[in-house]
Amino acid sequence: MSAIDASRPTSAYREMEASVELSPLKTPPAVDGAAPDQELLTLNMGPHHPATHGVLRLLVTLEGEVVRDLKPIIGYVHTGIEKTAEDKAYWKAIPVVERMDYLAYFFNAYAFCGATETLLDLEVPKRAQYLRVIHMELNRIMSHLVWLGTSALDLGAMSMLWYSFREKELILDLFEYSTGARMHTRYFQVGGVIEDVPAGWAEKVLEFCALMPGRVDQYGDLLNKNEIVLQRLRNVCPLSEEELLALGVTGPLLRASGNPWDLRKAMPYCSYEDFDFKIPVGTEGDNYDRFAVRMQEMKESVKIIEQAVHALPQGPVMVDDRKVALPPRHELATSMEALIHHFKLVTEGFRVPPGEVYFPVEGPRGEYGCFVRSDGSSKPARVHMRDPSFVNLQATNAMVKDSYIADLIATLAMIDPVLGGIDR
Amino acid sequence: MPDATGLELLAGEIGDAAPDAILGTLHFRGQATLLAHPRHVRSVLERLRAAGYANLMSVHGVDYYPEEPRLGVIYELLDRGRRDRVRVKVRVHTEDPHVPSVTPEWPTANHHEREAYDMFGVVFDDHPDLRRILMPEDYEGHPQRRDFPVGGEPVIFTKDAGTRQDYTQ
Repeated sequence: MSAIDASRPTSAYREMEASVELSPLKTPPAVDGAAPDQELLTLNMGPHHPATHGVLRLLVTLEGEVVRDLKPIIGYVHTGIEKTAEDKAYWKAIPVVERMDYLAYFFNAYAFCGATETLLDLEVPKRAQYLRVIHMELNRIMSHLVWLGTSALDLGAMSMLWYSFREKELILDLFEYSTGARMHTRYFQVGGVIEDVPAGWAEKVLEFCALMPGRVDQYGDLLNKNEIVLQRLRNVCPLSEEELLALGVTGPLLRASGNPWDLRKAMPYCSYEDFDFKIPVGTEGDNYDRFAVRMQEMKESVKIIEQAVHALPQGPVMVDDRKVALPPRHELATSMEALIHHFKLVTEGFRVPPGEVYFPVEGPRGEYGCFVRSDGSSKPARVHMRDPSFVNLQATNAMVKDSYIADLIATLAMIDPVLGGIDR
Repeated sequence: MPDATGLELLAGEIGDAAPDAILGTLHFRGQATLLAHPRHVRSVLERLRAAGYANLMSVHGVDYYPEEPRLGVIYELLDRGRRDRVRVKVRVHTEDPHVPSVTPEWPTANHHEREAYDMFGVVFDDHPDLRRILMPEDYEGHPQRRDFPVGGEPVIFTKDAGTRQDYTQ
């Protein structure tokens, strides 16, 4: 049997999305001229299950257990954040932009603030840059911990989730201590950070830094010698560096194939050139390398945080430009000028010179690039986030083609897509 | 980013090969932009690839309302060897929003172009799979256009099926 029975009635649901072409493959490829003995099956996965990394839907064309074609269908959590940001003053757009990739909120905020600072031609004080680095690297570890826990869960390693979430909670506590919120902290502002870190925070961060490398080793002990994990990851779904580059893949996925591209080293921003750290790379580009690169990245991030805390410069945490930064609270009672600035900033916001900039930063999943166009008013005329998950998802088909459907789940876990970022 | 002189040289180099491909250059805050004619976008990107800008990092749409031509498509190119970026911009009118697709040469552009089509209505000719990516299949209008209102999106209940408002009118 080869052709799909045309007389069968189509469901109303299928009619509604008639433009979604199922795979052009209708029959399995013939082997040595012999007619195939099975037909292809198109399986709908989601929207949701694929081990629930988000509301992702996959149309998988299977020959037996082997994936022959795959189509991701996205947009289920599209909330129009880019459109919403156009209707808000620059400083009010930060919280909505933070909510794009919900595991990398500091990176979203930094990409947006950095783009706006470039438009304004602002130089951010050194202390604010270091505080940003500390928060971003903590965020990177946090994001990798969520990835590690959920990915291990996909492979059947239940307890890993509790261990990694235990450490993730420590990081969220640190965020709460310094910024007042666990997630979507709104800590980064255009021109610096909202306020200095509280007394005792640095010591808590160092305590965490002392603890974390040992914990990463413990995860390694649990997983690196686990026969099941190794069989599920080693030599599974590799993809070559050339193909990854053509598909625009960045971040740990690209580094796993041996390309050491990391914006923190290649095109340093936010004082990353001050820190001594290494870029872990893989050799095979398979799922195991994707796993190992991220594990090592957590340790490197700890190194950066330790250096940044020890070398944290004294000074202001916000630019001294009253047209952009809110005046200190105590001045409002005595200075008329400060009161006017405060009023203007809170009601209208600051105006930004017209122009367009693209500001890329290296996030936990790759290049977060924020494109901001200003028309000279106090609201951005266009905000676009080049989200790495959105681009990396395109590599799924190339990775899982001709491998088992079980490996599709493992590979999807290693791609680490965050649907909030994909759909925005 | 190439400096202002480097950008002019780059534009001149491409302009020599195809005289009407480059419409202008823009250097702002250290970031370089080449304004290209939409018809020549594929050849301009190919020439930039030959000049070292071998990675396409992002493609996104912009609406310049009320300026004309209203729609813009922006290509962010990266040279990993020289650690250098350059931006290519094309502008099209809403009446004829056709831009040649670069997906055949740059596979990464696939999702980006679908998003620009979905959000702005830019039609990428010869795109292998040009359909909406984020909005529902049967959605009318292109929500990221500047004249598309924020909010007011009706919640579709079964009883209201078929009475959807068309915001493009």
